[in-house]
Amino acid sequence: MSKALLTGNEAIARGAYEYGVLVATAYPGTPSTEILENVANYKEIKAQWSPNEKVALEAAVGAAIGGARTLCAMKHVGVNVAADPLFTFSYTGVNGGLVLISADDPGMHSSQNEQDNRLYARFAKIGLLEPADSQEAKDMVGAALDISERFDVPVLLRTTTRISHSKTLVDLLEPMDRTPKAYKKDAAKFVAIPAHARARHLVVEERLKAMADFSEETELNRIEWADKKIGIITSGIIYQYVKEALPNASILKLGYTNPLPLKKIAVFAKEVEQLWVVEELEPFMEEQIRAAGINVHGGKEQLTNIGELTPSMIRAAIIGEASAVTREATAVAMRPPVLCPGCPHRGVFYALRMNRKVVTGDIGCYTLGALAPLESMDTTICMGASIPSALGMEKAHPELADKLVAVIGDSTFMHSGITGLIDTVYNRGTTTTMILDNSITAMTGHQHHPGTGQTLQGDPAPQVDIEGLCRAVGVKRVRVIDPGDLKALDEAIKEETAVREPSVIITKMPCALIVKQDKPRITVKHDKCVGCRMCMRLGCPAISHADKKSTIDPALCVGCGLCVQVCKFDAMVPEGVQ
Amino acid sequence: MSNNLNILLVGVGGQGTILASKILAEVAQMEGYDVKMTEIHGMAQRGGSVVTQVRMGQKVYSPLIEPGQADYIIAFEQLEALRYLHFLTEEGTAVVNSQKINPMSVITGAAQYPGDVLEKVQSSAKNVVVLDALSIARDLGNTRAVNVVLLGALAKGMKIAKQQWLTALEKTVPARFLDLNLKAFEAGYQA
Repeated sequence: MSKALLTGNEAIARGAYEYGVLVATAYPGTPSTEILENVANYKEIKAQWSPNEKVALEAAVGAAIGGARTLCAMKHVGVNVAADPLFTFSYTGVNGGLVLISADDPGMHSSQNEQDNRLYARFAKIGLLEPADSQEAKDMVGAALDISERFDVPVLLRTTTRISHSKTLVDLLEPMDRTPKAYKKDAAKFVAIPAHARARHLVVEERLKAMADFSEETELNRIEWADKKIGIITSGIIYQYVKEALPNASILKLGYTNPLPLKKIAVFAKEVEQLWVVEELEPFMEEQIRAAGINVHGGKEQLTNIGELTPSMIRAAIIGEASAVTREATAVAMRPPVLCPGCPHRGVFYALRMNRKVVTGDIGCYTLGALAPLESMDTTICMGASIPSALGMEKAHPELADKLVAVIGDSTFMHSGITGLIDTVYNRGTTTTMILDNSITAMTGHQHHPGTGQTLQGDPAPQVDIEGLCRAVGVKRVRVIDPGDLKALDEAIKEETAVREPSVIITKMPCALIVKQDKPRITVKHDKCVGCRMCMRLGCPAISHADKKSTIDPALCVGCGLCVQVCKFDAMVPEGVQ
Repeated sequence: MSNNLNILLVGVGGQGTILASKILAEVAQMEGYDVKMTEIHGMAQRGGSVVTQVRMGQKVYSPLIEPGQADYIIAFEQLEALRYLHFLTEEGTAVVNSQKINPMSVITGAAQYPGDVLEKVQSSAKNVVVLDALSIARDLGNTRAVNVVLLGALAKGMKIAKQQWLTALEKTVPARFLDLNLKAFEAGYQA
């Protein structure tokens, strides 16, 4: 048996390989993305990017009904998108096992909210597993599939960023057989019409009782007896923090958390003097334990439901001992992420700002257009919200019609932008939509989608024609422009927002990190630079300004030439040009 | 809280902190340690502040290093050294690359890049090693070797045999870059 140092995501992919998964689907989203990227390394598994999480889960549901062991992965907010199939698939149950990975992001390192997706398991009445390290992440893929097949239920495997992106040592095993079970038609089970669903709901409730019995007996929920003065119930990464903070406390470590093992919890509670429930984000376990009449000494009252917990926070809350910090933190300038030098989005936001547009934004690298100095975004809610938000704002304020621009990336347009554009056409909106087509899902680390012409594995695939698609849904004014040309951007924005019918501007240029521009770098002629700082409005990391002169860092500049276009004094020139 | 060795790597997205942490983790495994490593890299390619935490020892539970717990900090950039200095233990060592990279707030003029960062770092920590890893790497012919130059400087202050580091480099670095990286390591070790 060999060992490897794996992230939680790599371990989950390895689990898919070892535990017989045949079909795996996902839409990228931090911190879940690397799961499918790593599954794709196992050629035995049919792995795919789907256009969004709902479609990914629906494809997975089909595979599981067909009899294959199936894995579907997404970030926490992706489960919102996939919730529709999830709740009814809970009623129908599986044939081959299905594990749904929800990678939550406490602390919002790379997310728009920090919802606690354990609540979904309770809401949908399905199984729930919470790994505490990479070894458990891998093992629990197997456990989830076994539970799924044993109780005829989809199972949620919930990780958090510190599991997804932490490397810990994992034992590697040989893979088991991945031949799918036979498919047999069973309409009463899999056709969710009201008559069938009413019968299935009874099955769901009976199933929950059986799953509760399982929760009591499984070794996934284990007691580690030590000093009985303090007893702690915990799950997931927080188990590690508790071990670190209070090595002498008794612990009830829960790996299987829906339904909770309330009898085991009652036994544990009776043995310890002070019972604590320590969990990140919502009081998912604590509320149920209290509702069962078990006396909880402390939990969410002492430990916040906002952001990540740490071992010292836990130690301070439970034994009142602050950690010995000897140095004060120094306040220094923040360093948020920025659009890269040569990024095709920079010119778009510069032009939108110069035209003082009201911009409804979306989720991707281009959300960085909201930050200084570009600061040209008014709203960002969720994947796909940009286009319908502009429509809604036009309904509320018709006088804003010539100011409203929705901005969305190519991958996000595939994900859930298309229906929004249909809404704008259908309901006679007149807003302008800009599709920033950099031919990749960039923010999550460059994943393919139906518009790139390649699959997850990098094989050739049919490519969606975005321009043709926009015309097909009824947009008559569609134009494709080069976002490296500020004049073209300015003209397009002015012309399209002036017209009272829906319009689409597709800005087409590949991500600067994928296709290197073969252009000479730009240098500043200091005798011509008057210190007007116009170039600084681009927010380019390669340009800096001191002593009333701009300077370009040759190590960062890729020669995109936007600064040449904004400089009114011809101070910016490509290398080699006099 | 425990006898583990805690190493914090801080820098700016794109500087190669992740490869450095991989080599560290390889060395830890070769020494027979349990090891955990965590990093936040959701937006790492885009010039943001990046942190990687490596913990090693007989048994590691939490992958997190908290303020006051880092035995070593490798800072790939001056300002990042100052930002994370309070993570260092009283006796801890900071290996600091003297390179400066302006954050956007400095570029736009909303904030100043402090002029005395290295002095502040040196005055508030006992053991500080400052080196110009960027120039050293440039002299070796590839500025991307900054990370391994810094690892060399770290290795000199650690109790792990030098040969272990060289073996870890051989295992981790692509063959065509091995010679460069061995030279970079040596240069950092001697700096």
